[in-house]
Amino acid sequence: MAPLSDDTTTQDAPGADAPAALPGDGLREGIIDNLRSHIGDAIVDTKITPNDDLWIRVSTEAWLSTGQALKDAGFTYFCFLSGLDWMPSPYGTSEEDPDDEPKEPDTEIVQGYTGGETRFQVFARLADLDRHVGVTIKADVPDDRLVMESWSHLFAGANWHERECHEMYGIGFDNHPDLRNMYLPGDFEGYPLRKDFPLLARMVKPWPGIVDVEPMPAEDEAEAPVEEKGDES
Amino acid sequence: MTLTDRQQLSYIASQAADARLNVELETEGMTLNIGPQHPATHGTLRIICRLDGEQVVWAEPVAGYMHRGYEKLTEVRTFPQVTTLVNRIDWLGSFANEVPFILAAEKLMEIEAPPRAQVIRTILFELSRIANVSLFLGDLGVQMGAITPVFLAFRDREYILNLIEGATGGRFHPNFDRIGGLKDDLPKGWIEETRGAVKKLEQFCDTIDDLLFGNEIFQSRMRGIGIIPADIAKDYGLSGANARASGIDWDLRRDQDIPLSYDLADWKVWTHPDGDSWARCWIRLQETRESCKIVTQLLDQIPAGPVMTKVPRIIKVPEGEAWVSTENPLGEMGYYVVSKGGLGPFRVKIRSASFNNISIVPWALKGVYVPDVITILASLYFILGDIDR
Repeated sequence: MAPLSDDTTTQDAPGADAPAALPGDGLREGIIDNLRSHIGDAIVDTKITPNDDLWIRVSTEAWLSTGQALKDAGFTYFCFLSGLDWMPSPYGTSEEDPDDEPKEPDTEIVQGYTGGETRFQVFARLADLDRHVGVTIKADVPDDRLVMESWSHLFAGANWHERECHEMYGIGFDNHPDLRNMYLPGDFEGYPLRKDFPLLARMVKPWPGIVDVEPMPAEDEAEAPVEEKGDES
Repeated sequence: MTLTDRQQLSYIASQAADARLNVELETEGMTLNIGPQHPATHGTLRIICRLDGEQVVWAEPVAGYMHRGYEKLTEVRTFPQVTTLVNRIDWLGSFANEVPFILAAEKLMEIEAPPRAQVIRTILFELSRIANVSLFLGDLGVQMGAITPVFLAFRDREYILNLIEGATGGRFHPNFDRIGGLKDDLPKGWIEETRGAVKKLEQFCDTIDDLLFGNEIFQSRMRGIGIIPADIAKDYGLSGANARASGIDWDLRRDQDIPLSYDLADWKVWTHPDGDSWARCWIRLQETRESCKIVTQLLDQIPAGPVMTKVPRIIKVPEGEAWVSTENPLGEMGYYVVSKGGLGPFRVKIRSASFNNISIVPWALKGVYVPDVITILASLYFILGDIDR
């Protein structure tokens, strides 16, 4: 049988076997310096975990320009965008024994890496596929107006991620073409991934892993590497 | 120039035919609904297409028929319990879903699995890929009316599922990976059996190459259809074979420092310059062969030793944030895990490959003909559990 066009079945892009250099922390510091030269003081905080990863928190106003500056700097691969709700759940972590006295729920909002001032944050991850390095960008969402600039005109993939974030956290995105719900019915009330949205199924019936705790066979051998509790439920 | 009678008549006839055709082509826009139940969708995805004649002018995928809210559910579970949930994201390659989550938890705890566990993890990871992609290769024919490959795929995938069941106890949902290692060691005779099964899968790849990829109808339905350029692919966050088919030389098995044993094996990352449906399918075929190679080589290199490192009986993960992504059968799958030092995670963002891979559908389907819709969807290869989570 004659091939339809020039046969590419044995062809692959040049350099497919090239050894890949893994990025070091020097590269990550260079990324921060390069971003600082574009957006200046809008970088609020950064964090580098050695030989691992990079976090940058920028001010709310600089969210869009950060995306643009990073895209120009080679971070053309859009990985994801989502939201974070730092308020501790008022319903507890469902790790408590239901027979115990109910504890006073923790209400202190503590943000994670690179800090923050607000309850909600948005975070996104971009990657540079040539240098094999990724970066996580965070920004505060003002408490009085839960709206960010949309990245959907910068990265086409952000469109769906922002729809999902809007649906799950109630964070709006300015200049987004279409913020319809992705998963839930259009008239659904509430924002499911917020910490104060109750997971009703769990509140009606406690998790069996908490109430039926069986003694572990290796209870006495403190050193033995045994199974975690409640895993096979 | 004078025309003969005969030429004049044929000219008039052709003009009349053109005129009639033009009148007929002025059709009103039609909305075609594909799914939610459709064999090309691996689950329940609905796609609304607005048609102009035979061409799609606008397409919109409607996801959400299988949304299970795993990101919320992880917040009320302990770290070891989460693997049960994430098994069900990409249900054809379940073991591969567990690995990045466990690696993220291990990164936060600053522990690493023993070498033996790392190699066995890698072998099971690649076996999940083979099981997943072999079904894709078989299913590919069904989209174009070829029934035989899917039977071959179901027959040969069974060898791999038997192996996964033999090692883990579960055909589809192994739940075998643990923080600090693996639940159990490999059973006796498993390594020899794997060698045999992988050979059978290599033969399966050759059969599919011959039967499907060498088929003229298949080629004409796939070549030059649904071309995605590299910059568009990056913009939408396409990953895995879809990105490599657009010429992006990027594989997370090779391009990141991760405690899995890919550096022990000699293998190759395939890319294709075309970016069409054909390239996406062809890359997956080659990757299945590479996975067979990786498994065969790693079987000889399983070191002796324990499969579980010492971890406390009740696992508390220290405060911190970690992002780990791996090259899963469908593309880049990652978990952004936030821990507050408790028994369970504070927040888990699941970045699944299909969500990004399918968000390109409105772009990719614009202007294509109706029969190509199915082949483009099939070649993008998504699994609904992986879109909706």
